[in-house]
This record gives sequence, C-alpha cells and structure tokens, in this order.
Amino acid sequence: MSDNGERPIGFGRLRRKEDPRFIRGQGHYVDDVQLPGMLHGAILRSPVAHARIASIDASPALQHPKVHAVITGRDLETRGLAWMRTISADSQAVLATDKVRFQGQEVAFVIAEDRYSARDALELIDVDYEPLPAVVDPRRALDSDAPLIRDDKPGQTDNRIFDWESGDRALTDRVFENADVVVEQDLVFPRSHPAPMETCGAVAQFDQVTGKLTVWCTTQAPHAHRTVYALLTGLPEHRIRVISPDVGGGFGNKVPVYPGYLCAIIGAIDTGRPVKWMEDRSENLMSTAFARDYAMRGAIAATAEGNILAVRVDVVADHGAFNATAQPTNYPAGFFHVFTGSYDIEAAHCHVTGVYTNKAPGGVAYACSFRIAEAVYLVERMVDCLAYELGIDAAELRLANLISPDQFPYQCKTGWVYDSGDYERTLRKALDIADYDALRREQGERRARGELMGIGVGFFTEAVGAGPRRHMDILGLGMNDGAALRVHPTGKAQLSISVQTQGQGHETTFAQIVAEELGIPPEDVDVVHGDTDVTPYGLGTYGSRSTPVSGAATAVVARKVRDRARIVAAAMLEASPDDLEWEKGRWFVKGDPEKGATIQEIAMAARGSVELPAGVEAGLDAETVYDPPNLTFPYGAYICVVEIDPGTAKVRVRRFVAVDDCGTRINPMIIEGQVHGGLTDGVGIALMEQIAFDESGNCLGGSLMDYLIPTSLEVPDWETDFTVTPSPHHPIGAKGIGESATVGSPPTIVNAVCDALRPFGVRHVDMPCTPSRVWHAMRGIPQ
Amino acid sequence: MLLTASVNAREYTRDVEPRTLLVHFLRDELGLTGTHWGCDTSNCGTCVVLMDGEPVKSCTVLAATAAGYEIRTVEGLAAGGVLDPVQQGFIEMHGLQCGFCTSGMLMTARALLDRRAGGPPLTDGEIREAISGQICRCTGYATIVRSIRWAADHPDQPSAE
Repeated sequence: MSDNGERPIGFGRLRRKEDPRFIRGQGHYVDDVQLPGMLHGAILRSPVAHARIASIDASPALQHPKVHAVITGRDLETRGLAWMRTISADSQAVLATDKVRFQGQEVAFVIAEDRYSARDALELIDVDYEPLPAVVDPRRALDSDAPLIRDDKPGQTDNRIFDWESGDRALTDRVFENADVVVEQDLVFPRSHPAPMETCGAVAQFDQVTGKLTVWCTTQAPHAHRTVYALLTGLPEHRIRVISPDVGGGFGNKVPVYPGYLCAIIGAIDTGRPVKWMEDRSENLMSTAFARDYAMRGAIAATAEGNILAVRVDVVADHGAFNATAQPTNYPAGFFHVFTGSYDIEAAHCHVTGVYTNKAPGGVAYACSFRIAEAVYLVERMVDCLAYELGIDAAELRLANLISPDQFPYQCKTGWVYDSGDYERTLRKALDIADYDALRREQGERRARGELMGIGVGFFTEAVGAGPRRHMDILGLGMNDGAALRVHPTGKAQLSISVQTQGQGHETTFAQIVAEELGIPPEDVDVVHGDTDVTPYGLGTYGSRSTPVSGAATAVVARKVRDRARIVAAAMLEASPDDLEWEKGRWFVKGDPEKGATIQEIAMAARGSVELPAGVEAGLDAETVYDPPNLTFPYGAYICVVEIDPGTAKVRVRRFVAVDDCGTRINPMIIEGQVHGGLTDGVGIALMEQIAFDESGNCLGGSLMDYLIPTSLEVPDWETDFTVTPSPHHPIGAKGIGESATVGSPPTIVNAVCDALRPFGVRHVDMPCTPSRVWHAMRGIPQ
Repeated sequence: MLLTASVNAREYTRDVEPRTLLVHFLRDELGLTGTHWGCDTSNCGTCVVLMDGEPVKSCTVLAATAAGYEIRTVEGLAAGGVLDPVQQGFIEMHGLQCGFCTSGMLMTARALLDRRAGGPPLTDGEIREAISGQICRCTGYATIVRSIRWAADHPDQPSAE
C-alpha cells in the first residue's frame, strides 16, 4: 500500500512482493535445497599462512564408512583443474598443490553421506606442512628480503601485482609546490568483511545422461558464473544452468567464484550424485572476499583562505595471496580514482601499488562501489585534516569548495564525467535537519564541562552503474544487462532480468518500473531472475548497478512494448500511429480522448485477429540489452554526532543525519531501508569491524566473537531525508542507492570522532576507532 | 538415538545422532527450513526458535535436550492461514530485506510481546534490547524496531494478506 492508502501504479511506497514468503519461513536459500541422494562436502583448510606442502595422506579419511570421495590438489592437477583463473585474470589454487599461501586456504575436499561425517573425515587427513615466513604487512611486501609468495608464476620475482596511476602527476606536483598550505596524512582503511548472514555455498547436480550441470549457488552474478564454470571445466555453456535462489545478503561477498563451488561441481561429476557444500562462518570470514585493506599516504593543497587546489595519494593495496578482486579489467584499483570527490579542484594524482600478502584474496566487496569507499574516505578525511589545520569549520570548508550546479556535467581531474548534482542544496538540507549551529553551541558548552562530543560532516559522490562496454568488462564480458518483457493476452506481464537480488527487492521495484512505463499495476507484473536457463544474459548485481543498468534495461524494454502497443492500437482504432497519444496505461486518439484502448485491451488484440501492418508481428513481447552511456553519480551529505566516554574512550553514535540524492526514486521505503543498512555498515567499519592478523599471518577475525558487527544497541534511530536530481542520461533518471551509505558514512563517523578529540590535539585516528585506539589517541600514544 | 520432539504442536520421532543440533534436526530431519543457520558461535541469532515460549539459539541446543519442550518455529507463527501480528508488522514497516535473519527476529519479537502482554507500552529501548543478540546486515534495525512496535500496536490485527 502507498502512504495515502492507494496502490501506486508506478513509483511510490509499495509493500514488497518478496515479503510474504520470507515472513512465513518459505524463502528458498541454497542450504534449503535437498535433492534425493545428495552428498555433503567439506573443505580441509590450511592452519598456517605460508608453508610448503610436503605430503598429503587422505587414505585414513577414505576408510571412514560414510566417506564417498576425497579430492586433493594432486587429483585436480592431472585434470588441469588445480588452478583457476580469477575474475582479475590472475590464477588461484582450487586445492593447494605446492604451497599454502594463506591461513584458511583450501587443501582437500571430502564428500560424505552427511555434513557431520564430512567434517569428521577432515580430521583424518594428514598433511605435512613445512612452514615458511609470512608476508603480513603490505607495506613490507616489496622489501628485498620479503619471501616470494607467488613462486608458482613464471617471471614473478617479487610480491608486486601492479602499479597503476591516474591524474596528472606533474601538474599536481606544481600546484602543491605553489600552494599556501599542504597537509599530509597517513590513513589505513583496514581489512573488513561483508559477512552476509547467509554464508557461501553451492549444490551441484550433474546428469550423466544429458551432460547437464545444474548449480544452485550463492551468487550475485549467475550468468557470469555460468560462463566462468564453462571456461574452467570445459563443459559446454548451454548445458550449465546456474540457479541463484533467495540469497541471504551479498554485499559483494558473493561475486567471486570460490574453490568450494568448483569442488562441489567436480564432486557431483565424479560421484554421480548431487553434492552440497556450505561453508561455516569461520570459513566465510577467513577465506572469502574481504574488503578494503588500503594503506594510503594522502596530501591536500589549499590556499590560506581554504580554497582546495589539489589532492594526491599513494596507496599500497593488499590483495592477499591471489589477485581475485572483482572489478572491471581496465581498473586494477577499481574506481578509486574518483577520489577528487565532490570538490572543484585544479589537479589530482594517485598511484596505487597492488601487492601479494599471505592473506585471503579479495579486496573489492562490502558495498564499496569498486573502491569508492576508499576514495571517499581519503578525500573526506583529508578535507577534515585541512579544516583542522586552517581552523575553518568543516561544513564551511566543504560549502566553499563543492562543485556548483552550473558546472554539470562536470569532468573531474581524473577524467570522470559527473552527470548531475546540486551539492550545496543537499548539504544545506542536512545541516538544517541536524540543526548544525545548535549542535556546535552544545558542543562548546559540553567541552567547557570536559565532555567529549564530536560533530562529523561528510559529503560523497559515487560513480555507479558499471558500465559502458567500451571501457568496462570483467573477463572480457561487457558490463551490460538484458531484460525481456512478455505481455500475456490478458495484460499480465512477466519481466525477466539478468541481475540478482540479495535483499534489494528487485521483484518489487522492477515491477514498479514496468508499471510506471506501461500503466499495468505492479501486482500484474512478475519478475523472474536468478536462473540462467530462463533469464537474459547480464553481469549481475554489485557496485550499485542494478537500477542504473538493469533498471534502465527494464524501462527501455517497457518502452519497446509501448511502441509496439501503439501500432496495434492504431490498427484497433483505425487511426495512424502518429495520431495517437499515450497516457499511463492507454493509447488514445489525439483530440478525441474517448477513443482509445487500454494496454490490456491492446495486449489481447495483439494476440487476436486484428489486422496489423505488413512486417508487424503478433504480440507485444520485447527484449533489450542495455549499454549505459556513462555511469550515474549519486551523492549525499551526512552529519554524525558522537559522544565519547572520557574514562573508557568508548564511542557512541548519538545521531546520524543522512540526506541522499539518488535521482528519481522508485520505492522510497526500499531506498530508506538500503540507506539504513549502509549506515549500519558504516558504524561497524568505523568503530568495530576489522579482519586483523598476527605477525605469523593468523587471522584474528575468524568468528563473529572476534569480528564485531553492530547490533541494535550500537546504532541510533537513523534520520534520513533526500533531494532529487535526476540523471540526465538514465531512461528514468535513477542513479542507484544500494551502496551510498556504506561509502559515505565511515569518514563522517571518523570525522566526528576526531572532532570530539580536538581538545587533545588529535587530528586523525585510524579505523576501527575502538576504545583502545581512542584511549591511546587521547594520550598521544602511537598505535 | 530415537528422539521425539514436539514442534509447532506436532509430535515428530526421528532416529538421530546424539550430537545433532536442534537447528539441523529442524532443517534436515523435519524439513523446516524457515529456521536458518548463520554462525558457529551463538552470535547471529538467525537460528532463534522458541522453547516453551523462550527464545533460544537452536545452533547451541542439542536436539536431544528439546524433548519435553514445546518447540515453536517461524512455520508455526501463522495460525489457520492468519498471519501473526509480528509477521504483518514486518511487511508493513519493511522489517526485512534479504529475509535471512527474519525468522529469528520474528520469534524473538513474538516472545517479547507474549512476555509483555498486558503491561505498559513497550519502549524502543526494550525492543532494541530484546533483539540485541541477533544480527541483521540489511536493515540497520530501525525498521525492525518499527515492525515490532506495529505488532505491539495491532495485537488483534487480522491478516491483510
């Protein structure tokens, strides 16, 4: 129901179509798949970060009465399957043969009657490891005495993966030399983890008669997975069906192809029985796609009055033992080079060095929009450091430097062309809602009493909706998405899409797009997704790309249907198509509004006997593939108020105001929910969550007792609002919202923490701002 | 061992290993997959069910110890096709996104409302406290709090489904 009690035909608050099954416990997730004769797989993992494998003896496990098979790296090697190509075109061990390169790496796969027996049998496999020194600190990975991690790669002589730069180094250096003020700051965006509530897993079934492989899989990108499985296994792609049923959260964790998926597939082929593999929580935290891990040296140049001139940054990027980050091929640092943010500056330059370490692979995940989380963190912290040095209010400094509305489309100094924005309006709205001036007065009074209150201001611009085929591909697959719309004779419709919801509510919002374009009630539109046999090809849901790409495809295909309906309506009404006019749900004769036909009447006629012009086929069905002309650039202004206990140094988020602009809003209820979720991520990332390692490379964040995720008690009641600046190039003007808050909130919270600590002369505290970190910062003790 | 347990007011007898966890008994033996599993350490609460009306994390309860208790899962919330107010509240107030934590949240909410029936109005703080042993990665909790409040405000709401 909409807020006014009426069902909107099109955009507006609408209860979700997904909810009735979930609130009854009738969602269908991968671990809910039960097949006759199904076996269960479990993975033996490395207990150490770096070691040579001297031997593996799996024979005792094979003696276990309930074990059907044990697969080791040696078994796979003879079939050319011991290594797989990652989505960054590196190689990754499926099961280790020569060495293990991170704690938790896959070593052997046991297939047994049930999940308990499979785990029992892991204990029976004897592996002889010869330990090697581990590379843990990415900033030491290129030291001349650093152990070589990837000695499997011919020609690899050190731990360097890539060097990459963007912007104009010479110009930036000149601007810095001539600037009144230069502020430098080292910043670490620590390794975090998306940790969706549902861990990763797969059920593989191989029909030995037809040769058809069906894989139920926790994937955000079912079509891309199908292509990768075909390339890796050599099975013909038309005999592979990937089904991504309900997915219990993804956040980028379920984009990569993991060794466990392949082991389940190989196990199903070998045993002739379906094989289920579901990882446990420790496996999820220790081995699957982590996020961030950027060690940054930032610098910002400005005039004495606070006119920002230039930003530059050097980054050491920790990619773990295999380069398996999920980003477009041409962008090894993702979209990090959008780090000039929301400010009109003269010059910018970044240099990123990617390195191998003895840690789990990954890097691009956790709603980062291809590393825009890192970029926004950098620029928003640097602006606050500048404000600190100049003694200028953080909000005033931003207002003075934001890109102005008349500068759009705006080309930033690293080449991105921002589509639209009215930044000042959004920031002023956030300041008004927060009552910023009153907050500053309160802060002054409380500081006088020795209390620690901080006010953080943040502004972000995202670049989402990857993306144009001429620039953006993953493994050579252009980042486009398809949509197919079938309109049945009674006017009911079925939309098939290539993207995959993990909670975003696609079944609701995509039906609303069709409803908006065709005037069919959203309950008359079913959305089909998550099954490669019945949906058009496309690259899936991540990087906030569903609405910008697939939402555009949906609008375009609905307009194709509308155009076809116009021809049919003209035949029905004995008029020329040019003489017809559209109102939502109906074509009518211009100047004679009574003479018209509804989309439902047209749908029936299109399958009926009405005479159509030569070359016009029956029916209204249409398909499309959408190639976005540019990315979309959602943005927002955030204000955070924190209080810090002077005794324990514990940070409490008291208020958080988020004003987001994602262009046209399809379903405000769902948008608000996505913003809330992202803000909660931000509290976790800024204050609690870290995948840390000891000096031997042991993971210290391998369970939810150690990897702390916010509960209902750590987050405030969010205060959200919005402005609307449509994207000029998107068919419905929508920009995407899924990751805005996760990207925008961490620097806002850290800005608030540092603002609270200003009386102690603290300019910066690295995340997560735990009580220990803050307590040490208050005492000037380096961490 | 032969185990007899009462789940959603129905008796089930199954031959299980003594070490079988309640969550696996419900999911794998009885096919009640509405109860989920999300961690190994009793932190996430996706597996919460009610034992004699009290919320428990079924990943840390041996199925064998469930004998003699009345177990209630998400599948037992709706009665005769009519949704429980907590179910309706989660729909009305957008208390879920991916749905994975939802069953556990619903069961905790039901227990809270039962415990507080007839008492003074629930505060947001009480609701937050009640669900604080459970993790949701999607919603940021505010809409879950609103959903439970909606249920508290509509105790006799017939299903609009």
